[in-house]
Amino acid sequence: MEQTVFEPRILAFCCHYCAYSSADLAGSMRIQYPPNVRIIRTPCTGRLETEYFIKALEGGADGVLIAGCLEGGCHFIEGNLCAKRRVNYVRDMLTEIGLEKDRLRMVNVSAAMARPLAETITDMVDTVRKLGPSPLALRIADCGLRIDQNPNINLKSQILNLKSKMETAS
Amino acid sequence: MIVAERKKIPDLIEIVKGHKKILVLGCGTCVTVCLAGGEREVGIMASALRMASRLAGRSLQVEELTIERQCDNVFIEQAAEAVERNDAMVSLGCGAGVQAVAERFQKKPVYAGLNTAFIGILEERGIWTEKCAACGDCVLHNYGGICPITRCAKRMLNGPCGGSREERCEVRPDLPCAWQLIYARLKDIGQLDKLRKITPPKNWGAALHGGLRTIVREDHRI
Repeated sequence: MEQTVFEPRILAFCCHYCAYSSADLAGSMRIQYPPNVRIIRTPCTGRLETEYFIKALEGGADGVLIAGCLEGGCHFIEGNLCAKRRVNYVRDMLTEIGLEKDRLRMVNVSAAMARPLAETITDMVDTVRKLGPSPLALRIADCGLRIDQNPNINLKSQILNLKSKMETAS
Repeated sequence: MIVAERKKIPDLIEIVKGHKKILVLGCGTCVTVCLAGGEREVGIMASALRMASRLAGRSLQVEELTIERQCDNVFIEQAAEAVERNDAMVSLGCGAGVQAVAERFQKKPVYAGLNTAFIGILEERGIWTEKCAACGDCVLHNYGGICPITRCAKRMLNGPCGGSREERCEVRPDLPCAWQLIYARLKDIGQLDKLRKITPPKNWGAALHGGLRTIVREDHRI
């Protein structure tokens, strides 16, 4: 039977010095957060460039979450402030493009804030769930293709296969 | 360098309407430095155009390419194959780059993806300011290297106007008074006496007011 419940796929860029540790702590503390996020560890949110957010959304991510240190608490002094400006720039650009800007969000947490991080992730998932599937991801579904979730199958080869089929379809 | 900024995505989508395959062509010189049309911006712009067109239900293939310099035929040549593959081009070069590309590929439509703004410098991270109006008859030697044409709101050659307040321009209070800067600079370099000279009205014929400008160097011609 076709799956009708929409489960958002959210990409979370987490700073190594805070949010990533915080997510780790959430695990140690047995705090639950939705499994919809795919966490990517970054050395600092200041390392994230504008194109990372754009490409993630273009690639069909339903939402992108950037989790950096508390303002004033960046390990590299002001990396999170740089990230904040970039996120705001891309949010404006998304409005121009015609995609909901709430699909991209930045939050600030410290390494000890496991529970607030879990709540933030839950809130983000709820927001994206309300917005619905990314219309850019829908196009992949339109082609009648899906990525198999079986971990035994090489994901990279699946993606390459998917891309070639999409090119043929377009 | 020449400073430009990107056009809005909805405007560009309207401009390329009717084309199925476009090339977003970047330039590796001035517009790369002012973060408007380099390789990274080409990637961002191409993604944005793909996303916007898909959301509008239109099919648009976007190829990305950045060449070293769009205002030089030697480099434009490197884009020939990519241009051939596409219906049209969106050039992320300055106005000169767009026109040079258009002249080279006469059968392909070329659209400007940037609004070319001015000749300026990077003042601080993320801020560019105009420094030269390309008036064709440089007067910087008289004013301690500070251009009254570009930086004085009234373009006064015999300033100051007397309206500045606390060293700020009365027209644009966010800017310093150019004549205050000129005075301080001439004082620092011991050339205050230059201000005693009354400068006659400027010949604007050398600027764009005199029509299209061309420079010919016979010693370099073959």
